[in-house]
Amino acid sequence: MTRTTAVRPPRSRGGRTAHPFLRYALRRVLTSLLLVVGVTLVTFVLTNLVPGDPVAAALGQRAAEDPAIVAQFRATYGLDQPLVVQYFTYLGNLLHGDLGVSTTTHNPVVDDLAKALPATLEIALGAIVLSVIIGVVLGTIAAYRRGKASDHVLRVVSLAGLSVPTFWLALVLYYVFYFQLHIAPGSGRLSSDFSTPPHVTGLYTVDALLAGQLDTFLDAASHLFLPVLVLTLYTVGLLTRFVRTAVLEILDQDYVRAARAKGLPTRTVIWSYVLRGASIPILTVVGLAFGSLLSGTVLVEAIFAWPGIGSYAYQAASHLDLPGIMGVGLLIGVMYLLVNLIVDLLYGVLDPRVRLAS
Amino acid sequence: MSSSIDPAALTIEGLRIATRSHTIVGGIDLALKRGGIHGLAGESGSGKTMTALAVLGLLPGSMTASGSIRLADAEGPASTELVGASRGVLQGVRGRRVAMVFQDPSTSLHPQLPVGRQLTDHMRHHLGLGKAEARQKAEALLDRVRVPDARGALSKYPHQFSGGQRQRIAIAVALACDPTVLLADEPTTALDVTVQAGVLQLLRELADGGDLSILLVTHDLGVMSAVADEVTVMRQGLVVESAPREQLFTSPQDDYTRSLLAALPGSSFEQTGEEAR
Ligand SMILES: Nc1ncnc2c1ncn2[C@@H]1O[C@H](COP(=O)(O)OP(=O)(O)O)[C@@H](O)[C@H]1O
Ligand SMILES: [Mg+2]
Repeated sequence: MTRTTAVRPPRSRGGRTAHPFLRYALRRVLTSLLLVVGVTLVTFVLTNLVPGDPVAAALGQRAAEDPAIVAQFRATYGLDQPLVVQYFTYLGNLLHGDLGVSTTTHNPVVDDLAKALPATLEIALGAIVLSVIIGVVLGTIAAYRRGKASDHVLRVVSLAGLSVPTFWLALVLYYVFYFQLHIAPGSGRLSSDFSTPPHVTGLYTVDALLAGQLDTFLDAASHLFLPVLVLTLYTVGLLTRFVRTAVLEILDQDYVRAARAKGLPTRTVIWSYVLRGASIPILTVVGLAFGSLLSGTVLVEAIFAWPGIGSYAYQAASHLDLPGIMGVGLLIGVMYLLVNLIVDLLYGVLDPRVRLAS
Repeated sequence: MSSSIDPAALTIEGLRIATRSHTIVGGIDLALKRGGIHGLAGESGSGKTMTALAVLGLLPGSMTASGSIRLADAEGPASTELVGASRGVLQGVRGRRVAMVFQDPSTSLHPQLPVGRQLTDHMRHHLGLGKAEARQKAEALLDRVRVPDARGALSKYPHQFSGGQRQRIAIAVALACDPTVLLADEPTTALDVTVQAGVLQLLRELADGGDLSILLVTHDLGVMSAVADEVTVMRQGLVVESAPREQLFTSPQDDYTRSLLAALPGSSFEQTGEEAR
């Protein structure tokens, strides 16, 4: 839709004609890699512009008054070098998968992130999958019942979903489910009497299923329930409204009228014609929703003590833990790029005009 | 007219189409003979498209139809009433007994579905054909409408064809379940003038070739003079004149028809529609 550049006819280079989709995919991947370098620069510069003394933050006021300790600290973390040198050192280390050592946890940042990322992904993926399913179903229903009572009800509900602040909703749900109904488990990813399932994906629900540990799966799922619910409510309103608009637009298309004129069952018309047509704009907004969902996780993680990227970012920021902050910044930047890349590649899958541009 | 003697494939009587506030079509009669092309002419907005959609029960939700539209059975004297028909009856008629070709093939074919799929999905639904059988028939259909490399075309997407070829594909889609009536709504209007004649010729051949009756809707009398056997002229939701082609073009009875004919550049019989609008 907005990505008209993708439809540009590819030039044939040197007579070697790769499959158009491969060429398209390759171009997207290379662009993304270039952007990753940009992200490293931005995170590095922004982090170093932060006012405040990381040394004092890491060592505490007493130790920070001792010049020997400070010098020692600055040398250990390379803070005595000029910024440009620091940046290139950072890049070089990055290539070796080294993001430095957190001044808060004293673990390699890579290890910390590797532990936190699956936790965040588990609630973010759960929420995006749920909101896409709910959003597509409700949005399509609303579009088909345009102007009828059910359409108005859905509109009001999704508007309410959009306007309720996430943190407030999270607190209310936590209060209701945990303190009033006593049906929510405590915070964290697993109850204390369960042990972490064998690591495969890092997503506890998936790993538990893979290991055949049904009770661990159920416990992990029950811990996921509230954070995922809050995040889903956060994006589902947006998705429902958007899907409704997109489907309405497609319902007006000649090819939908033509499909009806062929006498196809309504089910086929909706699945094969309407939703296929709407899939491209819907994909765009799902990409955007996933991005906003990632930022939404920070608050949700804080409230539910969810040991993910959001909690880690909060902890690193409040301790002026520069390697930690840079690591989180880089990871989030890369995740945005990755989401964009996946969305772009899916455009090619969904739209033959992009895939076969010739 | 002669409709009481000549069995008609489709008989429209007193068809009225209205929104809550407006009358779109004010009660028209039209008999589509078995085999042959019946032209439905008239300026834009005169209600031609809505008349065609009413046959399929596909009017916009804001409109209602009254009167009668009877679709004759392929054999025997029985017929099916389409105005107010149940959803089930209409579903069985659409695409199966009455098919439609739309104005612009670049929008009436789904851009994300391969041509083969769009040619076969209703065949499989209506005729209960298997996948291979349906594809075989689709290939034959593409040959029949003269799309080159019919087999290869099945796995291509609409954007990989020219406008004229796309309209031929849309016609093949319409013909897939051997309908008795084909509603062609301005099938050449969106096409390059150079390919219009070819598509009209194809429609002519289809009408000559068997039991297919074509309602050819157009605002272009030049197109009519090239291929129609009978012509009905509409204006503001009413029929002003209906006559065999030669009669209509040589001795039009109505002033409005005359003014339309006068507007035709170099108005003569053998116009092929090169001077669209
Ligand atoms: N969805 C709609 N709702 C209300 N009126 C419509 C709608 N579509 C078309 N019309 C009106 O119906 C009349 C007939 O339209 P149409 O049958 O498309 O004309 P034609 O095909 O002869 O150009 C026009 O005046 C048009 O404004
Ligand atoms: Mg029209």
